Amino acid sequence: MGILEVQSVNKRFGGLQALDNVNLDVEEGKVHAIIGPNGAGKSTLLNCFVGRLMPDTGTVMFNGKSLLGLKPHEINQAGVSRVFQTPEIFTELTVLENVMIPALAHRDGAFKLNPWARMRSEGGIKDLAEHTLEDVGMAEKRHMTASSMSRGDKRRLELAMGLVQEPKLLLLDEPTAGMARADTENTINLLKHIGETRGITKIIIEHDMEVVFSLADKISVLVQGHVIVEDKPENIKGNPKVQEAYLGGAHE
Amino acid sequence: MEAFIIQLLSGLDGGSAYALIALGLTLIFGTLGVVNFAHGALFMLGAFCTVTLQRLLSLSHEVIDESQKDFLGNPLKVKVPYLQDWFGEATSNAIIDWSVPLAILFAIPVMILIGIAMERGLIKHFYKRPHADQILVTFGLAIVLQEIIKAYFGANPIPAPAPEVFRGSYDFGLLLGFEPNRIIYPYWRLVYFAFAAIVITAVFAFLQFTTFGMVVRAGMADRETVGLLGIDIDRRFTIMFGLAACVAGLAGVMYTPINSPNYHMGMDFLVISFVVVVVGGMGSLPGAVLAGFVLGILQSFASMREVIEVIPGINQVVIYLAAIIILLTRPRGLLGRKGVMED
Amino acid sequence: MFGLDTKDTRLFFFVAVLVAFAPFLMNPFPTESGLAQFNGGYPDLMQRFVIFGIFAIGFNILFGLTGYLSFGHAAFLGTGSYAAVWMLKLLTINVIPAIVISTLVAGVMALAIGFISLRRSGIYFSILTLAFAQMAFALAASVLTPITGGETGLQTALNDPRILDFRAEGGNIPAPSLFGLEMRASYEWLVGGWSFTFNVGYYISGLFMLAALYVAIRIFRSPFGLMLKAIKTNQNRLNYTGVSTRPYTLTAFVISGMYAGLAGGLMAAMDPLAGAERMQWTASGEVVLMTILGGAGTLLGPILGAGFIKYFENIFSKINDSILHSWFSFLPEGLENVMVTILHPFVGKGWHLTLGILFMLVVIFLPGGLMEGMQRIGKMFSRKKKSDETDGKATVPAE
Repeated sequence: MGILEVQSVNKRFGGLQALDNVNLDVEEGKVHAIIGPNGAGKSTLLNCFVGRLMPDTGTVMFNGKSLLGLKPHEINQAGVSRVFQTPEIFTELTVLENVMIPALAHRDGAFKLNPWARMRSEGGIKDLAEHTLEDVGMAEKRHMTASSMSRGDKRRLELAMGLVQEPKLLLLDEPTAGMARADTENTINLLKHIGETRGITKIIIEHDMEVVFSLADKISVLVQGHVIVEDKPENIKGNPKVQEAYLGGAHE
Repeated sequence: MEAFIIQLLSGLDGGSAYALIALGLTLIFGTLGVVNFAHGALFMLGAFCTVTLQRLLSLSHEVIDESQKDFLGNPLKVKVPYLQDWFGEATSNAIIDWSVPLAILFAIPVMILIGIAMERGLIKHFYKRPHADQILVTFGLAIVLQEIIKAYFGANPIPAPAPEVFRGSYDFGLLLGFEPNRIIYPYWRLVYFAFAAIVITAVFAFLQFTTFGMVVRAGMADRETVGLLGIDIDRRFTIMFGLAACVAGLAGVMYTPINSPNYHMGMDFLVISFVVVVVGGMGSLPGAVLAGFVLGILQSFASMREVIEVIPGINQVVIYLAAIIILLTRPRGLLGRKGVMED
Repeated sequence: MFGLDTKDTRLFFFVAVLVAFAPFLMNPFPTESGLAQFNGGYPDLMQRFVIFGIFAIGFNILFGLTGYLSFGHAAFLGTGSYAAVWMLKLLTINVIPAIVISTLVAGVMALAIGFISLRRSGIYFSILTLAFAQMAFALAASVLTPITGGETGLQTALNDPRILDFRAEGGNIPAPSLFGLEMRASYEWLVGGWSFTFNVGYYISGLFMLAALYVAIRIFRSPFGLMLKAIKTNQNRLNYTGVSTRPYTLTAFVISGMYAGLAGGLMAAMDPLAGAERMQWTASGEVVLMTILGGAGTLLGPILGAGFIKYFENIFSKINDSILHSWFSFLPEGLENVMVTILHPFVGKGWHLTLGILFMLVVIFLPGGLMEGMQRIGKMFSRKKKSDETDGKATVPAE
């Protein structure tokens, strides 16, 4: 039994069948990649996991509980964190505060009325945030405002914001999109390192085949809203269906 | 039935004032995204265009009239407008009598210039600033304009009567087969309604059928892309600002016979016009017009004695109550589009 | 100290000293001098400084932290005033119940209005709050006359029940007091050509403002405050971070509504009169202007903004032509008249013009409000002092 089970999910936008009977089974502790050409419905699928979109039909079960109809913050509180493709950070706050916010949300729940508590006394949360920033290699930038970060740093900050919550499931939306080669390799190493030390279940949506094949334990290939293959990386490469639909067809 | 028609009619003219002001405001606020608290001041300036013209037309020089004597038997000095010297008495009186409609011609260039000056000199620098800053600076500007008018024209309302022919009332009931004098309606209000309809149509036609309008509409939807196409959208927005100032000013010009202009009339209309724009939906011109009429008519019906007896005080709050209900049930107002001023 | 760090403690004591010595600081000119016009150290104005300071501090907790721009906070101020006057009429002339009840009533009202208005954000939220406040204003002035006194306003009367007080037969309408210490009581101290007034009501309001500031500092420095700042920056992301934002914004709204109620209650305690005009949109707009002018999101800014606006309102509106003439009497007569003519439109009844120009100048040249101006001046001095010290990691926004 997987930690995330997706069964026959359909989503239609007007005349477009964005998701067509999608099934997915993500095993605990593994890295599950979802690949597919542009417009295959990858982001739509991810949005169905985090409460941004509601599928027309189908079920999304996380740890045996349905995620459908829950609000974004409820899904996060259930243990699913999302790392955004375009960095969604708190630009006016410091890097450290950016990481402390998800850490506080993880510890205190969706709402806690504590106007009398002091940030200065939140040593535990601060340590946790600083450790996570160290993990992503941003410890020395922790007191700078987030808006002053480079694009690459913003992505790493995003990752730290996801990691600090110690989620049961981490959703990574194209973690290396638009990155330079060197940055991509750094990110792969970082994700591998995190995989070894933390053992968080991850779903990665990715374009970059190198990233996918070096990280994933299992790959689902999504084409026109439909999962055509779900298999181990070594089997995906040789699969004629995949080559036809994706690797051979699209030049990206 | 008569009461219903009377309220509908008075709702239409109240609504047309709201619609005109909101139309000008939504050109700036709903589409350029500038929270312009000086919009009411533009309305007020329009009204004072009428007053200025009236004064210009009545500029006089003194002559000694031998035919009139004071009680000592000396000839009286009387003031004679220069107009009278030029055109003769009858024409001159007619021109002065028609000063309110003539003020339209006077106000159009003046208000466009004021609008452009305002945009180039001040507002331009605030497009990228937070709304709070826009509020502060335009509020400051509104106060300054208001005070200048007060210093020059004084604090008291200045009557600006409609032309003689429009001063009476029209017996609307006769037209519909009622008894005489059951439904009477001032002529000027009919004129105001017709005028509003013409201005609104003209603005829509301008934005709909000219290339300029097309670019502006595209710019409202996606400013960056239009900028990338090499079109100078800023220049066009300047003209839009002039247009908005002109619409607000014209609303003010024609409103003068209904309410004598005073320096704070703009502030009185400011709040209601913001409510109208938002209820209509940010970025929607038809929405602003629709909301103006809807709220004007609601206001008018709520003022009926029968209604007030059932729900006391409803006439005071109906506009705001309607605004709350509309905004709660339709998150973007009546005809609002997604993504305008929602960041 | 008191759970504040060194910087905040210093700030707090700075304000406390200002409040304590305001009767001196606001009256720097001898009574007989020509500049005495600029003295602001009379009780009525000083009370307004601190009371509007409370109003603006509270407004800043909502607007400065969460970015939600309410255009209807005057409704809470007005409600607070009405509640306070009723307490002075029904319960006792002692101001404590009046102030407590006004804060609570405003809080309940803010809970109801906030619960509905916060369903929308941005300009839609602003218009919803504006609509509620305008409704409150219109109703208070018309249908609710039995409760609010309508257009004449609500005031204390000789035959009010005041069930907790012993009633003396006849006499005057009692003045609001704190256990017998009347709010309007003042001690006047004459030194040389100066006169300083120490007013009971001012100092009590001042204590309330210090308490209000202290609470605001604690909120700013708490995890709760951090969440509010995060809402301002990126509310959507906060939802995906597992935070339910509505309870946070609602709490901030209620807290700032209670501040407004407290301010309204204090106003009524100083002068037991409440009118509907306190709820009008211009009053809501005033607190918005105070906060932005001073510097939204800063701790000191709103107090500065409130003081600034109230000072100009009172001082500039008092200056008339004869005062102007006395200032420029040293000039030849022709020049004197020219100067008076130039300045005439800006003072007296024209003080609004000065205020409008000041608004524009501040927002054009100091986008962060008066606080930014102070910081720039501060920087100019500190740069000279410690130019050898490295700037380092000073990107944290100052407060």
